[in-house]
Amino acid sequence: MSTVAQKMAARPATPPGGVDARPVLSLRGIDKQFPGVKALSGVDLDLYPGEVTALVGENGAGKSTIVKVLTGIYKPDAGTVSMHDQPLHLTSAQDAVKAGIAAIHQETVLFDELTVAENVFIGHAPRNRFGAIDHEAMRRDAAAILKRIGADINPAVRLADLGIASRHLVAIARALSAEASVVVLDEPTAALSAHEIEEVYALVERLKEDGKAILFISHKFDEIFRIADRWTVFRDGELVGAGRIDGVSEDDLVRLMVGRHVGQVFPERKSTPGAEVLAVKQYAHPTEFDAINFTLRTGEILGFYGLVGAGRSEVMQALFGVTKPSSGEVLLDGKPKTIKSPADAIEAGIVYVPEDRGRQGAVLGLPIVDNVALPSLGALSRGGFVKMAEEYALARTYTQRLDLRAAALDQDIGELSGGNQQKVVIAKWLATKPRVIILDEPTKGIDIGSKAAVHDFMAELAAEGLAVIMVSSEIPEVLGMSDRVIVMREGLIVAELSGDDLTPERLVREAAGYGEAA
Amino acid sequence: MSETTGVEMRIIPDRLRSRLQRAMRSWEVLLVAVAVGVFTFNSLASPFFLDAWNLSDATFNFTEKAMIAFAMALLIIAGEIDLSVASIIALASTAMGAAVQLGFDTPALLLIGLGTGLLCGAFNGFLVTGLGLPSIVVTIGTLSLFRGIAYMVLGDQSYGGYPSSFAWFGQGYVWWVITVEMVIFAICAVVFWIVLHFTQFGRTVYAIGNNPTAALFSGIRVARVKFTLFLLTGLMSGLAAVCLTSRLASTRPSIALGWELEVVTMVVLGGVSILGGSGTIPGVVLAAIIMGMVTFGLGLLNVPGIVMSIFVGLLLISVIAIPRLLGLVKVRLT
Amino acid sequence: MNMLRSREAQLTLAIFALLALVAWRFPAFVAPGNLAAVFNDTSPLILLALGQTVVILTRCIDLSVAANLALTGMTAAIINVMFPGMPVPLIVAGAVVMGAALGAINGILVWKLTIPPIVVTLGTLTIFRGLVFVISDGQWINAHEMTDAFSALPRAEILGLPMLSWFAIAGFAAFVLLVRYTALGRSFYAVGGNPSAAVYAGISPGRTQFLAFVLSGAVAGLTGYLWVARYQVAYVDIAGGFELDVVAACVIGGISIAGGAGTILGALLGALFLGIVKNALPVVGISPFWQLAISGAAIVIAVIANGRAQRRAGRQILKRDGPKAEGAR
Repeated sequence: MSTVAQKMAARPATPPGGVDARPVLSLRGIDKQFPGVKALSGVDLDLYPGEVTALVGENGAGKSTIVKVLTGIYKPDAGTVSMHDQPLHLTSAQDAVKAGIAAIHQETVLFDELTVAENVFIGHAPRNRFGAIDHEAMRRDAAAILKRIGADINPAVRLADLGIASRHLVAIARALSAEASVVVLDEPTAALSAHEIEEVYALVERLKEDGKAILFISHKFDEIFRIADRWTVFRDGELVGAGRIDGVSEDDLVRLMVGRHVGQVFPERKSTPGAEVLAVKQYAHPTEFDAINFTLRTGEILGFYGLVGAGRSEVMQALFGVTKPSSGEVLLDGKPKTIKSPADAIEAGIVYVPEDRGRQGAVLGLPIVDNVALPSLGALSRGGFVKMAEEYALARTYTQRLDLRAAALDQDIGELSGGNQQKVVIAKWLATKPRVIILDEPTKGIDIGSKAAVHDFMAELAAEGLAVIMVSSEIPEVLGMSDRVIVMREGLIVAELSGDDLTPERLVREAAGYGEAA
Repeated sequence: MSETTGVEMRIIPDRLRSRLQRAMRSWEVLLVAVAVGVFTFNSLASPFFLDAWNLSDATFNFTEKAMIAFAMALLIIAGEIDLSVASIIALASTAMGAAVQLGFDTPALLLIGLGTGLLCGAFNGFLVTGLGLPSIVVTIGTLSLFRGIAYMVLGDQSYGGYPSSFAWFGQGYVWWVITVEMVIFAICAVVFWIVLHFTQFGRTVYAIGNNPTAALFSGIRVARVKFTLFLLTGLMSGLAAVCLTSRLASTRPSIALGWELEVVTMVVLGGVSILGGSGTIPGVVLAAIIMGMVTFGLGLLNVPGIVMSIFVGLLLISVIAIPRLLGLVKVRLT
Repeated sequence: MNMLRSREAQLTLAIFALLALVAWRFPAFVAPGNLAAVFNDTSPLILLALGQTVVILTRCIDLSVAANLALTGMTAAIINVMFPGMPVPLIVAGAVVMGAALGAINGILVWKLTIPPIVVTLGTLTIFRGLVFVISDGQWINAHEMTDAFSALPRAEILGLPMLSWFAIAGFAAFVLLVRYTALGRSFYAVGGNPSAAVYAGISPGRTQFLAFVLSGAVAGLTGYLWVARYQVAYVDIAGGFELDVVAACVIGGISIAGGAGTILGALLGALFLGIVKNALPVVGISPFWQLAISGAAIVIAVIANGRAQRRAGRQILKRDGPKAEGAR
């Protein structure tokens, strides 16, 4: 496996000899550092006219960062962007649009209350001779663009009245209206039905015919092999290989993607699962998930793997009482338990370390000690009065256990690094002495050192008999930490893997739905 | 940072600075300085200022408003606002006035005043937390509604004839120059200080104001806490209505007109962030005293009330604007 | 079906129902002459609601409009008294500029210092109102002190309608054109609907909000002159508390306080609805003192109705088509 990877990586990112096309857009040596994390290091990327370049990689490989660099939202720390061999300085989203780079983002940035035509043309609407917006011309032009991409959408309707698929098409039309020569499609088929996906493919073909250079980001191998001309794989913020699609197989790509990740060592652990703590039966939600069945035992780490948006966090948030499931049963120690709010869940001994740390986990603006004590205030109070000495004692105990790095316990949590904030969030849950701890992407966006500390700690918790659920999109983490792994796709459980079945290839295939096709 | 294997545990100190050091750098210290300045200026500007009875009278400028400001401070810290407080006073006062006409006596009047405040607070709280509506618009609506009901009942008439025992709240003295209202103000200040700074409830208020989602995810019943705060604000408005009605011994529908602005200004001047999440009760107490002394001082200099309101408006904006302006300058320099 | 669901259609129906109800007992109320009088009486509210609408569209609120009106109106009256020879068109233009400048103060504070609009305009409300007292020294300016030309303009009739009404009609038309046919007009919706996306489209949210406040201020200034000239009196408390009626008209007209949603027609209908209620109260024998409570109740009901309409569904992850998924929506 490593030989393939080396062979691939050794191949130059520039076009193989003999092809006359020169790249429209070239990125060289792009670095991007975030506090505690290196998102991109020395990345090269070339996009060619009339060709689709597929960009693949695990979550956190740096795909969305490169898109943001291309669209002028992030300024790279080092490296150059050039278009037709001319250096390009992208300091704002406007610059990118002016340079002819159009992007269709995962979460489309559109305006609900404006019409389709206005969404297509906002910022550069056609004017009549009085300088007023020419609605008729705008509708006509929008209709023409929509027709060109084969979208049957009335340009006069409000965007709010359209479904997700149509919104995607409007976003694509918007990208085309700006006379772009480079089009970035960030998982354009992620939320579409089979029929709508066909429309997107047809559209990409038309864009190719028009000579646009297309960057196509996707997790789905079938579509990559169907529409891409070239491939590029990122891993851990680095370019690990690139080339023409006809010289590569699906297995090669999977191997490159999951490869051996540098600098990650997982704690040795001997798993001895005990009694069953939690059982979830036929858990369902109207739009988010259905038919969720699983059990969890003490001393066990159960991994949940899947693509972003597969419904894993949604299941966990329902278990934690944030959202309401439509049907199904939760058994705690064999007894049915109704959880209607996070307060109920905490009382039952189920706690949740959310993925969105800044919004849902840490209360930025409050001191560390208050953050740790927050869910335990009831236990720390007598007659409603908080016993401050015990509050500090609690915070001291648990932050020390997690090896927190901070100046003082009354320091604002917002001043800490991401990894240390995560330690505080975990500490606050441990202080409630839970029975089941759910960690949602526990090491996302934190530095290597803190990552290792979180991993060691998870192993320690399981060894102490806690039942741990870990939602993670990072394959090494899932493989390195879990006893068993449940894979979800599109709101359903598609596989439960353990032992010899638990391989990176299997995970990627199940999550992407490519295992079924094979 | 070379060794990250946590063999020897690091000890994190509890506090970065001692409580005294921290206190010295606070907004409250600045407010104390301002209060001393205003006091000195007033004493020099008018010979009538330094008189125990005059000073005692001056406290009426802020005691009633401050009662509401304490509850409003909690509400704003939790990220909500109630602009209907002055209208609650009008409605509660009208309810008491109507009760007088029906022959009710002082204890019943007190209950009716407080009860009306509670009901109004519950109505606001239900609309905001029960139906999930934005508190600014909701309370602009109830601002019109509550005072509107007072106008429906009274029109251009007024209620009077309050029993003489009722006068105790707004006109009574406990000892020498110490008024009943001052005592109520002091008790409220202490109670709110304890509630906000030393209880579980107070902690949850700060947590909600800083990050309502994370507070919910930490098991705090956010809607319940916010509802309680609206109730509390209504109750304190009812209490202020009792004091004010007792002091004026009459009820007109235009009673306490525009007080919501002064109450909000008091809270913001006291160092409470208008965006929620931070602020203290001692700060609000100091702000109340400063505003009362400024108003009193200007009154001694024969400045009309409506002109004083210009100062209130300027104060409200500049208290928020000046730190931001300084921030902008700092960014420019670096 | 779709037509009936729009706020404008519902309001139109409500207005007709209201008129029918009043006409049932008092047919004279719906005589064309009286309806024209009601419209003329509602014109200041319509004008201010138009300005307020663009402010609310950008996720802000302007509570200082009535105080702005009073300050500009008083200034116009004082200038008329001091310089009786100054031509009226100049005074009108001056009022618009002064109003816009007062609005710009709000706008600058919101844009450059990012102070919440509610706080800014609560503050400027009292400052402006206090300044009316300062410049007038608390005195009234009465009809006999004003020149005939000054007070004649709003009353002059064209095609049977007073100029005041024509100002409201022209204002409505101008705002419809502004909002529909100019980039600025569309950016009000963009900024209110999705500020971060507006940045992507090259629109500055702060600058757009600033311009909305300037517009709202300009309209308030114009209305200040019209108000003082029409009633031929200027005093400190003119249009006191009128800002609440203006916000009520917008909220009733379906302008979402969360920004980005609502139409100019809705604002017009909201103002007309309130205006008709106001004028009908004395006719049907209800004390005018009920008016404040009715505005308040209307705001509360409209906010509740708007809140219901804006509930959003959760995210769609399940791919399954068919009755189950459909039924869940």
